[in-house]
Amino acid sequence: MKEGFIRKFHSKAFGRSLWVFHTNVGACNGCDIEVLDVLTPFFDVERFGIKLVGSPRHADVLLVTGPVTRPMVEPLKRLYEAVPSPKLVVAIGACAVGGCVWFDTYNVIGGVDKVIPVDIYIPGCPPKPEAIIYGVALALGLVPKKVGPAIESHEIPMEVEDILKELTPSRPVALPVNPDGKNDNGKQDGEGA
Amino acid sequence: MIASKIRQILIGKRAGSVTLKYPFEPRPSEPGYRGRVTVDTDKCVGCGGCADVCPARCILITDVSPFIRIIRRYLDRCIHCGRCEEVCAYDALHLDGEYELATTDRKDLFIEQKLFMGTCNRCGRCYIPPTPLDRLMVVGFRKDEDLDGETI
Repeated sequence: MKEGFIRKFHSKAFGRSLWVFHTNVGACNGCDIEVLDVLTPFFDVERFGIKLVGSPRHADVLLVTGPVTRPMVEPLKRLYEAVPSPKLVVAIGACAVGGCVWFDTYNVIGGVDKVIPVDIYIPGCPPKPEAIIYGVALALGLVPKKVGPAIESHEIPMEVEDILKELTPSRPVALPVNPDGKNDNGKQDGEGA
Repeated sequence: MIASKIRQILIGKRAGSVTLKYPFEPRPSEPGYRGRVTVDTDKCVGCGGCADVCPARCILITDVSPFIRIIRRYLDRCIHCGRCEEVCAYDALHLDGEYELATTDRKDLFIEQKLFMGTCNRCGRCYIPPTPLDRLMVVGFRKDEDLDGETI
């Protein structure tokens, strides 16, 4: 989802205060403590009209922390359906964003976006309270996005590229799209390094 | 009644405000805070030490040819432990104080590096030439061998 779209969407749909419902789908409580920290007078996210509510039916925003454990998949789907539309989903912490160190564990789905669509990702283990406020401000359209994908390369000599063309004409290089923790040899990553 | 209200206002004024102005004012992180992972590709030699110690296994290594090694870093599941910075012998990895990493797309937290490696003559796999001069010699050697038509 593009940033400009979120800004337009927000100004139309969430013109007033955002009420958030906070749910934990298997987090270690580190991110939950940071979420509570954000609500204290020092950080005071109520400046933006953000308020915790006790029921998903009152909420505009769903805060999710934790890698989704297998027993929590259906409750999380029901929770998402219980929030009235239009709604925003914010994934807080490395677990909710990408699964953290449990991304390929048998009892963990690994990432909220494999179960429900996510609008804002806030990585960090746990994220600083300022990082959470930055994510909220990004959703409100107050600050620009700062990160982007990086593809870097050594300076590869031309002669080597010529040799490569002769050497490997028939070996297409297909990198796996989804990170599954394994490299091309089928080994667990790190073994062949 | 009115006097007490005025006294309350004065007390409130004297106490001041403790609330941060962030995000309307910048707030740098504390020294030593481990935030975003940055890689200097010119210094990186592709040894894979960071991939060995990464607890979240977010560093994946693929050799696509005898010369080229591709390192992909999925920093969405990075836990910012700093082990990669500790083990990097070439000072290529750093965790700086940047914490404003929130994004609308997971793919924004992705680094791909294409590294130029030497090739072992016996096993045909990538290895690390210790210095740039050695790297140049390896390239020349490979090229001559190829022009002579010998097996590679």
